[in-house]
Amino acid sequence: MPVEEETAHHSPSEGNRPSPSEAPLAIQVEDLHKSFRIPTHRVDSLKERVVRPFSGRDYRELHALDGISFEIHKGEFFGIVGRNGSGKSTLLKLLASIYRADSGTIRMAGRLAPFIELGVGFNPELSARENVVLNGVMMGLSPQETRRRLDGVIEFAELGEFIDLKLKNYSSGMLVRLAFSLMLEVDADVLLIDEVLAVGDAAFQQKCADSFREMKAAGKTIVLVTHEMASVEEYCDRAMLINDGRITHLGEPAEVGSRYLRLNFERPGAAGGAVEGATVRMLDAGLVDAAGARINSVEQGEPIRIQIEIEAKRDFAALAVGYLLVNGDGVNVCQLRAPIGGDPPQAIKAGERLRIVTKVENVLGPGHYFVHAGINQLLEGGVALDVHNALDFVVFGSQYERGVVSLPQETTTTSIEESA
Amino acid sequence: MSEAAADNQELQEVRGPSALAGGWQRFFDLLWLMATTEFKRVYFGTVFGYLWSLIRPLMLFGVLLFVFTQVFKIGSNEVEHYPVMLLMGIVLFGFFQEATTSAVNSVVAQEGVVRKTQFPRLVIPLSTVLTGAFNLGLNLVIVVVFIFAFGVDPTWTWLLFPVAFVFLFTLTAAVSSALSVLYVRFRDVAIIWVVVAQVLFYGTPILYPVTFKTTEDGSTIEHLLMINPLAVILEQVRVWVLAEPQAPSAVEAAGGWLGLLPAAAIFVGLCAFAVWIFNREAPRIAEDL
Repeated sequence: MPVEEETAHHSPSEGNRPSPSEAPLAIQVEDLHKSFRIPTHRVDSLKERVVRPFSGRDYRELHALDGISFEIHKGEFFGIVGRNGSGKSTLLKLLASIYRADSGTIRMAGRLAPFIELGVGFNPELSARENVVLNGVMMGLSPQETRRRLDGVIEFAELGEFIDLKLKNYSSGMLVRLAFSLMLEVDADVLLIDEVLAVGDAAFQQKCADSFREMKAAGKTIVLVTHEMASVEEYCDRAMLINDGRITHLGEPAEVGSRYLRLNFERPGAAGGAVEGATVRMLDAGLVDAAGARINSVEQGEPIRIQIEIEAKRDFAALAVGYLLVNGDGVNVCQLRAPIGGDPPQAIKAGERLRIVTKVENVLGPGHYFVHAGINQLLEGGVALDVHNALDFVVFGSQYERGVVSLPQETTTTSIEESA
Repeated sequence: MSEAAADNQELQEVRGPSALAGGWQRFFDLLWLMATTEFKRVYFGTVFGYLWSLIRPLMLFGVLLFVFTQVFKIGSNEVEHYPVMLLMGIVLFGFFQEATTSAVNSVVAQEGVVRKTQFPRLVIPLSTVLTGAFNLGLNLVIVVVFIFAFGVDPTWTWLLFPVAFVFLFTLTAAVSSALSVLYVRFRDVAIIWVVVAQVLFYGTPILYPVTFKTTEDGSTIEHLLMINPLAVILEQVRVWVLAEPQAPSAVEAAGGWLGLLPAAAIFVGLCAFAVWIFNREAPRIAEDL
């Protein structure tokens, strides 16, 4: 299935970037290998070690990274993309000196600030002031330097009056603000960021986005690890797709994005699309606009039209088409179900080809959605067709809201009469 | 800009986590900060703060003092300043015991930080030892009060106390580091250590003087006791601080300098083992957790 990039999805700030390839190297990785020993029988106590002295060798080797080489130039915004278990987090932890590589070399220029997770070094029992100083030193500043920058951190996080409050009394929003402003003030040359863009409310995300652009403008090197293609395409100069511990593609974010989506389709079981003994064949599936032309994305609030073309392999008395909408996080958003041919459903003859369009009111938030398609026999029962990831589409728009969907609403207000 | 950031613009190899990664300056900054913040947290986080840290050793002291002077009548007959000796022993051993037992799970307790940030791993157990040392400093104030209250005369050998403290701190740090990193792999280290620490308490001349007669014919086990490095340190503190004429120095108790060899060997061996095991395990702590 072709996956093209939607131009409307790009940020307007792109274009005339200086060519990063002329800049000196910030990170150089050569032939990196890392494997983990997964014990099949974990020896957790001394007793087991004594009772079964040789059982420590019960493990299997898991090659998380298998010969990774790449270079990142100074001032580049570099994306690392991959599915869960692809090795991208392992790579990040190797870059951040949390794991040690089995072989290969990592070279880095300048000071590194690893943000595997925002605010991870925070101690809830300590005040914001103490936490900022402690974390600043952890990230390589001197205590004096950190204390000097404390005011800036607190100011940016808008936490002035709460500076001596213990973090356990902070709201999650306050914590994120504190962590993010600390990251900015630490002023490292290389930043490693893992999925932080996904946190916080719309205003905070905007602040993050602005800060990233400022950091980029200031010549910082930023490595972003994510599985959210939208942020890769919005921020990154180059991106790298990792699968099974190897680099699948390195280059333009858009190309990496489309390869990543293709990878998602090729999950085991989805190949060929149909279940064993399917009696209906799927010819095509996709999103269409009001005129019936194929589209890959739809604006927030605009109706969604899912079109599927099928061919019956035998006679059917009645069929129903069903869809399961899954969002980028793997959450089942909703199920759609309708009899084919209206009510009562029409009888279908062997060899007959049908085009079915299902129009859905679009209450979905912006994001990437995958659709599993299925066709059931209504009277006899049983599955005639079941296609995992039959199609996918993007809902774009700026009305970011919490939650998966935004439902139409009506609010009425009446004053409550006082009783007695 | 910090000193390291501005000039290091050349590619440098990243070697992964280790016990001391990131330079000595950062190591000591971090160690000091972690220890002081933890210390402040304990003292300003509870209503009675400092009092709590005193209650435990003082309670133990009160009970033991009663038992060993009123019931068994060991202390008062043989030792001139038995209460002071007892309290000093309890406080010094308490430092060793509390620092090591809280260090055992220190690395595992900091799991979130260890798995997600890069910093010298050795800071974690050492900062708990340093926090314990701050506690010890406060508790020693009470010991000094007792010393004067019981009429011990000041002597110049008081100045030698820091020497003993350096040995005690080093031993505690070595044991703590080794335990903390072993606990990552073997969780029963915690239980075993509680028992071992209890045995050490009785195997160190705290309740009884090193010259305590074990049998009717007057033989003592002082040679045997001097195998324990903690006993050597505590006995020497007693000699230096209390300046009792009948208390043998560690060398005398061990029967000459040669007799101190086993204790010295254990001390050096423990330190070497701690350095070796921590260095070996540090790069993999994040993976083993």
